[in-house]
Amino acid sequence: MPIADFQPVIGLEVHAQLLTESKIFSGASTGFGAEPNLHTTEVCLGLPGALPVLNEKVVHMAVRAGLALNCQIRLHSVWARKHYFYPDLPKGYQITQYEEPICEHGNLVFPFGDTEKSVRILRIHMEEDAGKNIHQGAQSLVDLNRAGTPLLEIVSEPDLRSADEAAEYLKALRDILVYLGVNDGNLEEGSFRCDANVSVMKKGATEFGTRVELKNLNSFRFVKQAIDYEIARQVELVEGGGKVEQETRLFDTQRGETRAMRGKEDARDYRYFPDPDLPPLVLEPAFVDGIKATLPELPLAKVRRYVDVLGLSEYDARLLTADKALAAFFESALAHYGDAKKLANWCLGELSRQVNEKGVALTQVKVTPVQLAGLLQAIDGKTVSNNAAKEVFGAMFESGRDAQSVIAEKGLGQVSDTGAIEAVVNDILARHPAEVAQYKAGKVQVFGFFVGQVMRAMKGKGNPQTVNELLKAKLKLTRAF
Amino acid sequence: MNCTALSLTQLSGRLAEKALSSVEATEACLRRVEQVDPKVKSFIRVDRDGALRAAQASDARRAAGKTVGVLDGVPVALKDMLLTEGLETTAGSKILRGFIPPYDATVVRLLREAGAPILGKLNQDEFAMGSSTESSAFGPTHNPWDLSRTPGGSSGGSAAAVAAQLCFGALGTDTGGSIRQPAAMTNTVGVKPTYGRVSRYGVIAYASSFDQVGPITRTVADAAAMLQVLARHDARDATSHRVDAPDYSQGLEGGVRGLRIGVPKEYFGDGLDSEVGEAVQRAAKVFEKLGATLTDISLPHTRYALATYYVLAPAEASSNLARYDGIRYGHRAQGIKSLKDLYATTRSEGFGPEVKRRIMLGTYALSAGYYDAYYRKAQQVRTLVQRDFQSAFQNVDVVLSPTSPVPAFRLGEKTQSPLAMYLMDVLTLPCNLAGLPGVSVPCGFTRGGLPMGLQLLGRPFDEAGLLQAARAFEREHDFSSRWPPLTRDARADC
Repeated sequence: MPIADFQPVIGLEVHAQLLTESKIFSGASTGFGAEPNLHTTEVCLGLPGALPVLNEKVVHMAVRAGLALNCQIRLHSVWARKHYFYPDLPKGYQITQYEEPICEHGNLVFPFGDTEKSVRILRIHMEEDAGKNIHQGAQSLVDLNRAGTPLLEIVSEPDLRSADEAAEYLKALRDILVYLGVNDGNLEEGSFRCDANVSVMKKGATEFGTRVELKNLNSFRFVKQAIDYEIARQVELVEGGGKVEQETRLFDTQRGETRAMRGKEDARDYRYFPDPDLPPLVLEPAFVDGIKATLPELPLAKVRRYVDVLGLSEYDARLLTADKALAAFFESALAHYGDAKKLANWCLGELSRQVNEKGVALTQVKVTPVQLAGLLQAIDGKTVSNNAAKEVFGAMFESGRDAQSVIAEKGLGQVSDTGAIEAVVNDILARHPAEVAQYKAGKVQVFGFFVGQVMRAMKGKGNPQTVNELLKAKLKLTRAF
Repeated sequence: MNCTALSLTQLSGRLAEKALSSVEATEACLRRVEQVDPKVKSFIRVDRDGALRAAQASDARRAAGKTVGVLDGVPVALKDMLLTEGLETTAGSKILRGFIPPYDATVVRLLREAGAPILGKLNQDEFAMGSSTESSAFGPTHNPWDLSRTPGGSSGGSAAAVAAQLCFGALGTDTGGSIRQPAAMTNTVGVKPTYGRVSRYGVIAYASSFDQVGPITRTVADAAAMLQVLARHDARDATSHRVDAPDYSQGLEGGVRGLRIGVPKEYFGDGLDSEVGEAVQRAAKVFEKLGATLTDISLPHTRYALATYYVLAPAEASSNLARYDGIRYGHRAQGIKSLKDLYATTRSEGFGPEVKRRIMLGTYALSAGYYDAYYRKAQQVRTLVQRDFQSAFQNVDVVLSPTSPVPAFRLGEKTQSPLAMYLMDVLTLPCNLAGLPGVSVPCGFTRGGLPMGLQLLGRPFDEAGLLQAARAFEREHDFSSRWPPLTRDARADC
């Protein structure tokens, strides 16, 4: 049986670090890159007598994410302790949610090829991150700076059917969380982590195969590689008459293969039970409604609006919305400048080019959306040519000054004054009698030469339309001489 | 005169009159600790310098007219469950030997802010698991009334120190009776506040949904004065009650006229010492004479309370004690070969047998496949026990019972039988299951001269009502003016 006769079944578990300033159960900073164990309090260190107190911002972000993923928000949810021994887990248990998570029964719709795909979200719960063990030769050191950083665990139903689908789901999920401002979307640094549950079954079968959990998938490429490898491995195993074992496998990024980490028999008994230090979390319906009211437009809805209402191409709409900051820049400029297509071209063209070239974040650039709108208005009003406008924008990007002031300073303003252009046109025609004669003799291609000469003489500032009109008129006149 | 025989409130008055200084009172306590405690063994750590510094500061405040309340200058001592910044805190366990806390428990901070010099740390059962103070890694504490007997537990050090006049009041913790039972066995007053009334922050956790800190003192007024300082909302404890306490001294002398007292038949059954039972019945008559009404009531799920407690409390303990792993603080095994070995050897060496027993019980109760039958079922029964009290309190204001089924027993008498030891808490732990406040107050002596106590249980956050009732009874007798014989031998004049 070839691999095409098998149906892969995939579900993803995502751990997303929340962008709070302090930890989930203590006032310690969540700042990255500090000296080891600096960002710790007695709570993070698991000292005797220390007690957790919930950071309400975490709840706020969890509800935001839950609503964005169309989940039901539980007004009563429960904190649980999950036990295991490891040096980076200071209390010997992780505070998480188990039987009653804050969000359930959601779904995520994302573009896939020419269609859209919907994946059900089983649950979202809040929990604390562990610290880190650092191995140095025979020594192991523990850094608890990360211990207690708030996480959302987002668990999908096994609705994904290929590695590509899984990767697209993951990208869409990341975009949403970044849009909501709850996560920075960084897979490489581990602030957005993914485990995959993968099984295969024969096409047409009704029962799923035995699933294997894949860990260490810290890039979109690895997610795809690992799932594809695992599908092939499982198919080969089943085809050879073998059985897939329920186990956890680690993706080896060097070799591009998965290998067994721990089997079912080593499965830990986490002994979950409700955390007696934390009362059940009870939310008022008004609290949830308040968050619902402030939920931003999400990427997919934005793409649809850009295409349907603004008339952008699907391609441009995707590019613009892929970066929340770019979409925001585009939309605030749009409030001051009505031609969405032209604006989109500038955002995806000059603006993105400058941002990439200078290596600055869009949120940090000096030029404002209003200023970009002003430049486009100047182009439309013919005070600057399209070509000169690029140079003007470069200066605006560097300095954060208005288009008008840059145009004036650089003398890049377009000359539409007929008298001034006429003088130049007369001068050029007078200095090139041979070419005038050629034109008169019917060699109309020479017209372009005159335009070029006039524009050069005017340093590109002549309004091209006026130049054309005047040249045509004058040549007619000379012909009549 | 012997100033250590004063009650806390009496001493406070003498300090206010400047008849005595805090340094003098503190030095008197320290002298008595030197003389008496080698026999009683209630202190496991004395902080002479810290106490004297605090006493000097108190005297200076008084001289400047800036005293901060009733406890200012009054020397007290703490059960070793309470974290004291810079002073070793062990919960009576080898696994925490050498642990110097970097912060004060909230209750310790409150006592310091109230101006009370802290004399040191008191012995207890290891991690408060026990009813006799015999499971301490530091050896047992002896009952001042009879040195061959236990002072009860787990706050046995606190009760013994107060009874032996080593301090004017002490803090204990009560998870299943650990304040009230030793108070009953030492002729002292013990208060277990409503769950959430006193902060648990910085209190070493045994069973988090049961643990409460409370005072052990010589008189009811003393207990009210100490509780007043402790009973505040603490933002560092998510289970802390949001409303601050009323003034407990206000209605203290208000009597019991019209008070409806329920007497639960389940608390007078098998295993109750006849002398204790009779003493409590006599006490009931006293309440009646004072104008209270007595009603026989039933708390039908009492018989399941012990089993319920010994599923839930060990389950929480197995989780709470997971942090003692030898990685960050406390005892760490030497010569280990692997991480697993580090955990296993550290914990095998560091924990005593009773703690290990409860960790195993609790781990089992939470295991996959057993959770529903044990932990979940026990939670359901806990709700039934709570409902028993809720319906009883529709008809009565307080519940009266013996505190401990027996007077102080001999050291070693029950150490071979965990179940016999667990039965020592049978009358006190339903209160913890229900999260209610409870008070133990002296109610007489056996013919052999051993103290006995009665227990009053009340509605949630009605500590004021319990203290008022306890005070009304206390006024009718002179039990609190009686002292253990060994206190007479000590010379600690001041």
